[in-house]
Amino acid sequence: MSVDALVPSAIDGLMLGFVYGLAAMGLTLIFGVMRVINLSHGPVIALGMFVVYVLFTGAGVNPYLGLIAAAGLGILFGVAIYFVAVDRIINAPELTTLLATYSVNLMIVGVATSVFTTTPRAVDISLGSVGGSGVTILGTHAVAVAIAIAGAALLYAILFRTRIGKSIRAVANNRAAAELMGIDSRRVLALSFGIGTSLAMTSGALLSTLFSFTPLSGATYEVKSFVIVVLGGLGNPTGALVGGIVLGLLEGVSTVFIPVSWVPVLEYVIFIAILLVRPTGLLGARA
Amino acid sequence: MRGITVALALVGLLAAACGGTTTPGAGTSGQATVKKDLIIGFTASQTGAQNVASNKQTEGIKLWVDDVTKAGGIKLKDGTILMPQIKSYDDQSATDRVQALYTKLINDDKVDFLLSPYSSGLVKAAAVVSEQNGKVMITAGGADDATMEQGFRNIYQVYTPASKYLTGAIDLMLKLDPTIKKVAIVNEKDSFSTSVVAAAKPYAESKGLQVVVNQGYDTGTVDFGPFINQISAAAPDAIIGGGHLPDGTTLAKQLYEKKVSARFVALLVAPPEPTFADIGDAAQFIVGPSQWETQTKYSAEAAKTAGVPFYGPTGADFTTAYKAKFSAPPSYHSAGGYAAGLTLQKALEDAGSTDPEKVKTALDKDDFMTFYGRIKFSTDPKTHGKQIAHEMVYVQWLKGSDGKLATQIVWPAEAKSADPQLRK
Amino acid sequence: MIRVRAPFLPALLVVLAIVAALPLAVNNNSLREELFLMFMLITLASSINIIMGYTGYVSFGHIVFFGLGGYFAFYLMQNFNAHFLVAALAGAIPASAIALVIGVPILRLRGAYFALATIGINEAMRTAINNFEPFGGAVGMFFNFSVYDTYGGARNAALLAYGVMVVVALATVTTSYLIRRSKFGLSLMAIREDQDVAMVVGIDPARAKVVAYVISSFFPALAGATFFFKNGIIEPGVAFDLLRSIESLVMCVLGGTGTVAGPIVGAALYEWLRGFLITTPALANFQLFLAGLLLLVVVLFVTAGLVGWLRNRYPVLRAYIQ
Repeated sequence: MSVDALVPSAIDGLMLGFVYGLAAMGLTLIFGVMRVINLSHGPVIALGMFVVYVLFTGAGVNPYLGLIAAAGLGILFGVAIYFVAVDRIINAPELTTLLATYSVNLMIVGVATSVFTTTPRAVDISLGSVGGSGVTILGTHAVAVAIAIAGAALLYAILFRTRIGKSIRAVANNRAAAELMGIDSRRVLALSFGIGTSLAMTSGALLSTLFSFTPLSGATYEVKSFVIVVLGGLGNPTGALVGGIVLGLLEGVSTVFIPVSWVPVLEYVIFIAILLVRPTGLLGARA
Repeated sequence: MRGITVALALVGLLAAACGGTTTPGAGTSGQATVKKDLIIGFTASQTGAQNVASNKQTEGIKLWVDDVTKAGGIKLKDGTILMPQIKSYDDQSATDRVQALYTKLINDDKVDFLLSPYSSGLVKAAAVVSEQNGKVMITAGGADDATMEQGFRNIYQVYTPASKYLTGAIDLMLKLDPTIKKVAIVNEKDSFSTSVVAAAKPYAESKGLQVVVNQGYDTGTVDFGPFINQISAAAPDAIIGGGHLPDGTTLAKQLYEKKVSARFVALLVAPPEPTFADIGDAAQFIVGPSQWETQTKYSAEAAKTAGVPFYGPTGADFTTAYKAKFSAPPSYHSAGGYAAGLTLQKALEDAGSTDPEKVKTALDKDDFMTFYGRIKFSTDPKTHGKQIAHEMVYVQWLKGSDGKLATQIVWPAEAKSADPQLRK
Repeated sequence: MIRVRAPFLPALLVVLAIVAALPLAVNNNSLREELFLMFMLITLASSINIIMGYTGYVSFGHIVFFGLGGYFAFYLMQNFNAHFLVAALAGAIPASAIALVIGVPILRLRGAYFALATIGINEAMRTAINNFEPFGGAVGMFFNFSVYDTYGGARNAALLAYGVMVVVALATVTTSYLIRRSKFGLSLMAIREDQDVAMVVGIDPARAKVVAYVISSFFPALAGATFFFKNGIIEPGVAFDLLRSIESLVMCVLGGTGTVAGPIVGAALYEWLRGFLITTPALANFQLFLAGLLLLVVVLFVTAGLVGWLRNRYPVLRAYIQ
């Protein structure tokens, strides 16, 4: 245990938390709008990583530009997943949608591992670093935080400043009533799924600049997203961002006090505790 | 009759011209030959987390089968010729698949002998099934000590055991800079890495080093930031340990990014991989243990010095043949696979039959050198079959005169291709 | 009208017993191994059916009891030289006790929250045991081969394990049937349909749910003890494998949740398909993709599962296939 490590670890964790939060926002949006737990969330994050990787190594495209491609592809892909796997069973009990999205998970992982194998990949990009007195902030991390915040801001702008955002919120609130108001709920649901997937892929794109990855990497982030989403409140995007920051901070700081291998245990115990004590999460669930 | 003798003589001459070693299998002439299929079974991880290394190992095995077939098969003293046939399945990197499939190999496919999957965890699972059914298995890809300390009677390990992975690194470190005092030992919390570290820690302490950090991290860990901060705070002179490829690569990258000033960093599994270079300058000066590298110089001369026979192709021949067949250089996984095949071949020749008991006796007595290194098995009942002669080589990523990063062998001194350097 | 009581349970048990005896009759070890896995999957799928199919609570992390049963039993056999049969039962009891302790709080949750909580519990248990030295930590536990001597050697031990797994599977199926035909089962299904209305009718949902949960945890624990006894090694990653948990869900759904025969059909089908996909070289690379595709097709179009679809399509079969 060493307090010298406290500040740098807290900062590290905090910054990473923003990126985790971005991914979690995607998951929580989908849940909030259509009450579907998207089990394809993890592989989609990994897909975002690979989009950037392929563009970077294949065409020399700057990862941050590749990120925009990932975001765009995310929307299209999400809409596709919605129509293929979710639309037909949108009103079915939870188990059905869980399994449907899980089957998409299997399919994505299956194809990705066939194409890319499980060799770890990395996007070698360095933006220098800023630092002093034991605290080093990497350029890539800073940019990732900036983009995560920008992404969150963009989501807010869409949800609260545009008509389509209003429709999304209406459908999330009460789908039947929204339909009575003349909103094509199917299109809205598809778009929401697309935005959720896009957020996940963007987060993956950011993560590709920070860590090495394989098609199986999504699983770790998926479980983290679950924890964050519960922390922040299911269906609440602000909650997801805050939850992400809290989790990142927790991971960073707790390493100082407990052995590194106990940190996941702590995370899961907190996860269960929140579910039992305050299931609506820290910020309250939406819808 | 004459034709065969002439042909064999020609083959022998060719072999002598090519490399100066006896082509295994050539030699006996003029006897009645009975050709038998030798069915060799194993599982490979064609999918799942182990697939990259496992494929390399399978390629090594396939090359061995090719070479034996080209040489006319494994020739036994009584004139029988054994033609190896492979029977393999995809174990999806999962232990219960391994156990189910090995049972299938033994009972349905009626294999004569077994080779192992890749990775200590899967080898462990296969060994249990093999032992339960009394089938002889030569393992490559499994370094875990625990597996070879269960009193198994039918399992033979070709890889250097995990407990020796970092002991050489510590020797190298102290030779390079005897002033190093504080060392951080970190490991992935899985069977293999934990065994490596369990042996490395007491060894380090026995050399007078002070272990300032000794922690394990969960297998799925992606971000080592907070952990590295902890390590930095303890100001170690050296950092050793790690786990497998993904975590080793990320750990090295983040140590560099966080400007950790350790003078010596040795990581498991990752550094010998060519893809380790993807992290760029972060790879420089990182040391890693390897079961074998293309630059190692195990040869007939070295064998003579050691007083043991040399068996199989030379390293150069192996590398050339491998590149020709698979359009990529071999890794130590490939070498391990090939060596496992070679070991089986020699044991069969020495035993003169496929009877498992005779083969086991031959394996127990075997002590020989190959391009892969020296091979000898423990006959102590508690550790029966454990590899006791093969040594690790240590590579370090160094910038050549052309400014490009490449691995060089830096330890042991007899095998080195470049001098080790401290991390700057 | 005379109510025809079709002898479903005895017929089912006899069929399963015959299938189980097959490999022993023809002395085919490989078949026995496959059936061992299949009976284990039947146990897992049928158990999860009790909490999910009947009660409507999707337990995503149900495999935690499989792992716990395995660990407790292994520990007893390793350190106290307990006989396997004793260890298996002695291991299943604390596993079910844990189910009781966790069940009370988490069964208060509904739907998605409950599912997530079960994942959390499985992962928490896995990472905790990863650090728990008496259970071997990350390295896990290993049998020294001499342990099998008590049973007359490794081969006999495997045979014993097979027999026990068959018995456990039959017991699970029987329990599943008895629950379904009992008042208790009706109360569970009422909870599944509408918990609040069930309360109005006089059912104590909290109590019923917990009882169902505990029962559904007992058999996986026994299965775990048997599986790891046979394998001779146990590790946290294998014992608490979330993927296996999801697979048992899938099998249950494939065959038909809420029925007795459903999980059995699902398990058999799934295992056959897996085996087929793995050993067919052309498909091996795509097996995960194909598995996902198949699952999607079933979920979208045959939501009630095979058995459920049969029962819906041919109502006359309802008495014969439960």
